[in-house]
Amino acid sequence: MEPFQRLDAVALPMPRPNIDTDQITPARFLHKPRSDNHGAYLFHDVRRGPDGGMDPDFVLNRPDYAEAKVIVAEHNFACGSSRENAVWGLYDHGFRAAIAPSFGDIFSSNALKNGLLPVRLPEDVVAGLLAQLQDQPGARVQVDLEAQTVTLPDGSVHRFEIDPFARHCLLNGIDELDYTRTLSPEIDAFMNRYGHENR
Amino acid sequence: MSERAEPRTLFEKIWDRHRILEREDGQVLLFVDRNLIHDGSAPAFEALRQRGLKPRAPERMLGTPDHYMPTDVRRVEEIADAERRGMVEALARDTAEHGITAFGLEDPRRGIVHVIGPEQGFSQPGMVIVCPDSHTSTHGALGALAFGVGMTETTHVLATQTLWQRKPKTMRITVDGRLGAGVTAKDVILAIIARIGTAGATGHVVEYAGPAIRGLSMEGRLTLCNMSIEAGARAGMIAPDDTTFAYLAGRPYAPQGHQWEAALDRWRALPSDPDAIFDAEVTLDGSAIAPMVTWGTSPEDALPIDGAVPDPAASSSADRREAMRRALAYMGLTPGMPLEAVPVDRVFIGSCTNGRIEDLRAAAAVAEGRRVAPQVTAWVVPGSGLVKAQAEAEGLHRIFLDAGFEWREAGCSMCLGTNGEIAAPGERCASTSNRNFVGRQGPGARTHLMGPAMAAAAAVTGHLTDVRRLMAGG
Repeated sequence: MEPFQRLDAVALPMPRPNIDTDQITPARFLHKPRSDNHGAYLFHDVRRGPDGGMDPDFVLNRPDYAEAKVIVAEHNFACGSSRENAVWGLYDHGFRAAIAPSFGDIFSSNALKNGLLPVRLPEDVVAGLLAQLQDQPGARVQVDLEAQTVTLPDGSVHRFEIDPFARHCLLNGIDELDYTRTLSPEIDAFMNRYGHENR
Repeated sequence: MSERAEPRTLFEKIWDRHRILEREDGQVLLFVDRNLIHDGSAPAFEALRQRGLKPRAPERMLGTPDHYMPTDVRRVEEIADAERRGMVEALARDTAEHGITAFGLEDPRRGIVHVIGPEQGFSQPGMVIVCPDSHTSTHGALGALAFGVGMTETTHVLATQTLWQRKPKTMRITVDGRLGAGVTAKDVILAIIARIGTAGATGHVVEYAGPAIRGLSMEGRLTLCNMSIEAGARAGMIAPDDTTFAYLAGRPYAPQGHQWEAALDRWRALPSDPDAIFDAEVTLDGSAIAPMVTWGTSPEDALPIDGAVPDPAASSSADRREAMRRALAYMGLTPGMPLEAVPVDRVFIGSCTNGRIEDLRAAAAVAEGRRVAPQVTAWVVPGSGLVKAQAEAEGLHRIFLDAGFEWREAGCSMCLGTNGEIAAPGERCASTSNRNFVGRQGPGARTHLMGPAMAAAAAVTGHLTDVRRLMAGG
């Protein structure tokens, strides 16, 4: 996994609640292998008009946000299905952080394991950020994982909370599975005891 | 006073029993009893292969194809689309390579993984159960801690039979009273989600309790827990009781003989202690719940069938007004329109939410002696091969076929359309599945969620219908 330390990038506003993972990556692309560019499937249907052509008004299609690496949305971002493809789509498109007041639980967990940082900020802070981004298309935010802060376009700095282990793994690009495998003796001991108790 | 004397919830008892170790930062390494897989799990095996690893405990796994095969085929070679056929073949190859039990396409026991886990007795009370699918919450109906995981986590479980988890909060949702005639578990869960919202239980494990829950059959409980994820919950669960034990007794993978007795002793100790404390409590009056239907593009957009399409102008929040307007535009609905006046083009009865025998019986009871409306295409897709066989033994397929329904093979089908079975843009589908998201049943498709009897009622009348009227013999 690619380490995440600091990010200074254009932020894309998507001022909607409950954006579900079916919208982020439609189900008919779920069988595509990880080696594909999943950015091509990102918001595939909602970014297109009824004729199948790109909707120039959809925020992801606007030139202001071509370089965006941060996506900002209202509460319950990426709720619904457990498809890790939703994370792959955002990541492959270039996003490295998502800011919202809350996230779907499974998405949040998937994101952390793929180098995409989910940042929870209070509802009013996100509302303010969305307003700034809509007023100044192409405005940048700074996300500092080491300091656990986000700096908004207006210069205000906001601290966010993140699980310490997930932070450690992201900062250093560490894979959780490699770490867990060092605990094999403990797992074996547990399984022996557990199997005995459940006979 | 020792820690053991503290009253604990069902969730806490399962959590404690599966805790291998806890780090200083509060992350717990949790042992996983059951790792269910399906025909979308290939990337996890590929990741395992790339690392040169093998499944740690193949005997704790069960796999079946459900997402990718069309429900009009019985054999792998009949799957016309090469990519979808490849997914089904990959599951067969991966499970064979690692000695994992799999019910392939030709196996009568195959079906939707969340239907066959309980059906086979493979999912049991007190277990930790995971699967790379968000509706894994279904298995919590047996008194298990069951939740969906992503592909990286699936790889982690394959390799180690464990997962890192931070202890979630607990929420108890109590449904008092008795459910009225024609009111099912689907209506209860839609009423719950309408009440607390799709993020209402985020970060929580929900335990459903109260007389109305106790009174549900196992099938109803599975429906209820299935949609816990639609309220944002990490998992949903119901304390095991005699209904649970009667359901499990004699199933192929359930404990047998003296092991059954030992298991019963363990399982009877699982229910939450009377004075256990939950982080959040929600209470509903079961007798006030009516048959429910969704009108919008989120499961929280649910109303009693005797209501009308809501008016965004009546909402106090600007954000909510905007979201409602967007949903109504997508759904092609006008505020104030009676819900019963909404016409349908398609009907889908099936899915891990409502594809069990009791669901098919309820739908057949409405379909019997009636005809699917001329403009409606109606499908019945059993949740498993065994559900299908049972329904045929009871003659339900005859009722459906005589009424003009299509009677299909088991699978996820139109719930999400990964197998290519989708509705056309603008088509309106009365569906017993779990998500009415934009594009869920195909680009531009409009989904109304409801229970199986309600869906059958919509099929025969051609519009959303209060099934209670048909039940009264109308």
